[in-house]
Amino acid sequence: MSLRIVVCVKYVPDATGDRHFAEDLTTDRDAVDGLLSELDEYAVEQALQIADAADDAEITVLTVGPEDAKDALRKALSMGADKGVHVEDDDLHGTDVVGTSLVLAKAVEHVGYDLVLCGMASTDGTMGVLPAILAERLGVPQVTLLSEVAVADGTVTGRRDGDAASEQLQAQLPAVVSVTDQSGEARYPSFKGIMAAKKKPVESLDLSDLGIDADEVGLGGAWTKVEDAAKRPERTAGTIVKDEGEGGKQLAEFLVSQKFI
Amino acid sequence: MSTLTKDQLALAEATLDFTQDRIAPHAVAWDQDKHFPLDVLREAAGLGLGGVYVREDAGGSGLTRTDGVVIFEVLATGDPSIAGYLSIHNMVGWMIDRYGDDAQRARWLPGLCAMDTLGSYCLTEPGAGSDAAALATRAERVGDTYVLNGVKQFISGAGASQLYVVMARTGAEGPDGISAFVVDRDDPGVSFGPNEKKMGWNAQPTRQVVLDGVRLPADRRLGAEGDGFRIAMNGLNGGRLGIAACSLGGARAALHRSVEYLADREAFGAPLLKSQALQFRLADMATELAAARALVRQAAEALDLGDPQARELCAMAKRFATDTGYRVADEALQLHGGYGYLAEYGIEKIVRDLRVHRILEGTNEIMRLIVARDLIGAAR
Ligand SMILES: Cc1cc2nc3c(=O)[nH]c(=O)nc-3n(C[C@H](O)[C@H](O)[C@H](O)COP(=O)(O)OP(=O)(O)OC[C@H]3O[C@@H](n4cnc5c(N)ncnc54)[C@H](O)[C@@H]3O)c2cc1C
Ligand SMILES: Cc1cc2nc3c(=O)[nH]c(=O)nc-3n(C[C@H](O)[C@H](O)[C@H](O)COP(=O)(O)OP(=O)(O)OC[C@H]3O[C@@H](n4cnc5c(N)ncnc54)[C@H](O)[C@@H]3O)c2cc1C
Repeated sequence: MSLRIVVCVKYVPDATGDRHFAEDLTTDRDAVDGLLSELDEYAVEQALQIADAADDAEITVLTVGPEDAKDALRKALSMGADKGVHVEDDDLHGTDVVGTSLVLAKAVEHVGYDLVLCGMASTDGTMGVLPAILAERLGVPQVTLLSEVAVADGTVTGRRDGDAASEQLQAQLPAVVSVTDQSGEARYPSFKGIMAAKKKPVESLDLSDLGIDADEVGLGGAWTKVEDAAKRPERTAGTIVKDEGEGGKQLAEFLVSQKFI
Repeated sequence: MSTLTKDQLALAEATLDFTQDRIAPHAVAWDQDKHFPLDVLREAAGLGLGGVYVREDAGGSGLTRTDGVVIFEVLATGDPSIAGYLSIHNMVGWMIDRYGDDAQRARWLPGLCAMDTLGSYCLTEPGAGSDAAALATRAERVGDTYVLNGVKQFISGAGASQLYVVMARTGAEGPDGISAFVVDRDDPGVSFGPNEKKMGWNAQPTRQVVLDGVRLPADRRLGAEGDGFRIAMNGLNGGRLGIAACSLGGARAALHRSVEYLADREAFGAPLLKSQALQFRLADMATELAAARALVRQAAEALDLGDPQARELCAMAKRFATDTGYRVADEALQLHGGYGYLAEYGIEKIVRDLRVHRILEGTNEIMRLIVARDLIGAAR
């Protein structure tokens, strides 16, 4: 039977753009260009490699996000994924990680899956907890933060590199896996892939399609509430240590004073 | 035409990512070391840059010229010399795809598209440049083979390339006596001159190709006997768009860096970018490039649509974009002051690279000749 892989990809504001908060203290996503979260490209790449190694596999890329989030799907499709699912609903505005994971879980179940692949963290929210919550909601094993991953005979195996040691992990499918930026460089989409992407099917779903009530998500459903948001302070000029014989010592003193060493 | 489609934006984005990761950081070193980065070219083939215009059944990307000029402009922002070679390689692929029979397409195109084999275009000779129809390389028919003798001059990629599309005389004087052949580097009788010492385009070799009694079976002939010159000229229509786009890209990079440089550089108590005199020069550079880009895209669209004026439009675009690109790059060097003259800043390299775009694939004088001939013809 075909191996069904679902890759969760997030559409994030371009980090090089000027980002602002809207009045309700959510990120103002209209003001900046967005793109496929770079860290999720690694998940797409691993999905493509796992699919290549399997006899028969189908990769679905899934995103929860605004209309423009289709661009993230399109990028993943141009890299080689087979089809897309886009969950979009006005009531999703302000949804936190608890709500997002609910939506993703319902959508993953709707698609059908053997393996769910995620990035290690989004490049905007960067909580890095979504894959774990998603696995919990789906009631399947979670194998997170892998820098190496392979699938064979209904089992996913991989390596998680920690500061002190590397762990070799294994789980029965179905499972949720997240991969790190050490898992292998993502491929560039090919021109052929780009032209083919627009012909690939993208299913659009809203909350009612997934049987989710509006009050389970959105700002109202969020378990966290943003009380206040302040602009990042202007960058100030750094401290310059001039070497007049004592440079090394002064540098060390500075680093100690800043608690770096 | 003036705004890109979503597809073209995606093509540009993929090309830009590749260019910024794999090409731009090395451009100055490749120029200084005269290094032809075969590994990077093969990687570029992964995107589809080995057969941009080749149909998909033979491993190509099947894109249009309108797509192509977007791609080559972006590529040249990293290195006009590498982009220029890729444009020539793609001209060769297009010629084989367009004029080759099924067996020839199946034999040569997959390798060219994967860039396992590189291609070169051999028209110019020591005694025949602008007047290419006067070429002297002969292809003598002996039984069911051809024997080629002659010298091709200034061949881009020569030595490194595996396949050479060679225009040679099979018949009488003039354009109708010329046929096109595919010569392999390993064919007995093929040899190469030394790598020319050049002003620019140093990241790719330029050599003479010497053909000394090279015996080819008839299935190496591309198209019919006597069709060679027409094939060569049709190849150049697209080639000129590629070179024009490479000028846009090189100049665009030089302009972009000038803005950054002037913002950083302080003189007379303020960043130079505060000077309105300099701002206006930047504005003119940007405006002229935009005008050139519009003409290049118009010509590309004309070629895609089979417009009867396509040849003249390609000549206009090549003349205008390569002259404009060179002027903008030279102006960028001026705006960088003494630093623009240093290799490290990468600006003088762009100027040197773009200089040859006004000469090759038909000099800009020959471009005027093509446009004028059409005008005079219309007046008669
Ligand atoms: C109070 C609050 C308000 C918010 N308001 C908004 C808002 O108004 N609009 C808005 O769009 N977001 C909003 N978010 C962010 C949104 O809820 C995040 O998508 C969610 O919290 C996941 O967190 P993360 O991005 O840190 O995920 P991480 O745990 O860092 O992500 C790990 C992986 O999970 C997957 N993933 C994460 N998010 C998605 C997604 N949306 N679709 C598909 N895969 C995904 C990716 O594979 C990713 O690599 C808000 C978050 C909070 C806390
Ligand atoms: C780096 C480099 C790479 C090249 N790569 C290739 C390649 O891959 N394949 C290939 O086949 N060729 C290649 N060429 C050759 C290039 O196309 C020729 O140099 C060019 O066509 C001009 O020919 P020529 O050098 O013989 O100049 P000439 O034809 O001798 O011209 C000399 C001058 O006279 C002018 N002139 C000539 N005829 C006329 C006229 N009728 N009216 C007005 N002015 C005229 C010319 O414009 C020029 O300014 C390359 C050249 C260079 C420098």
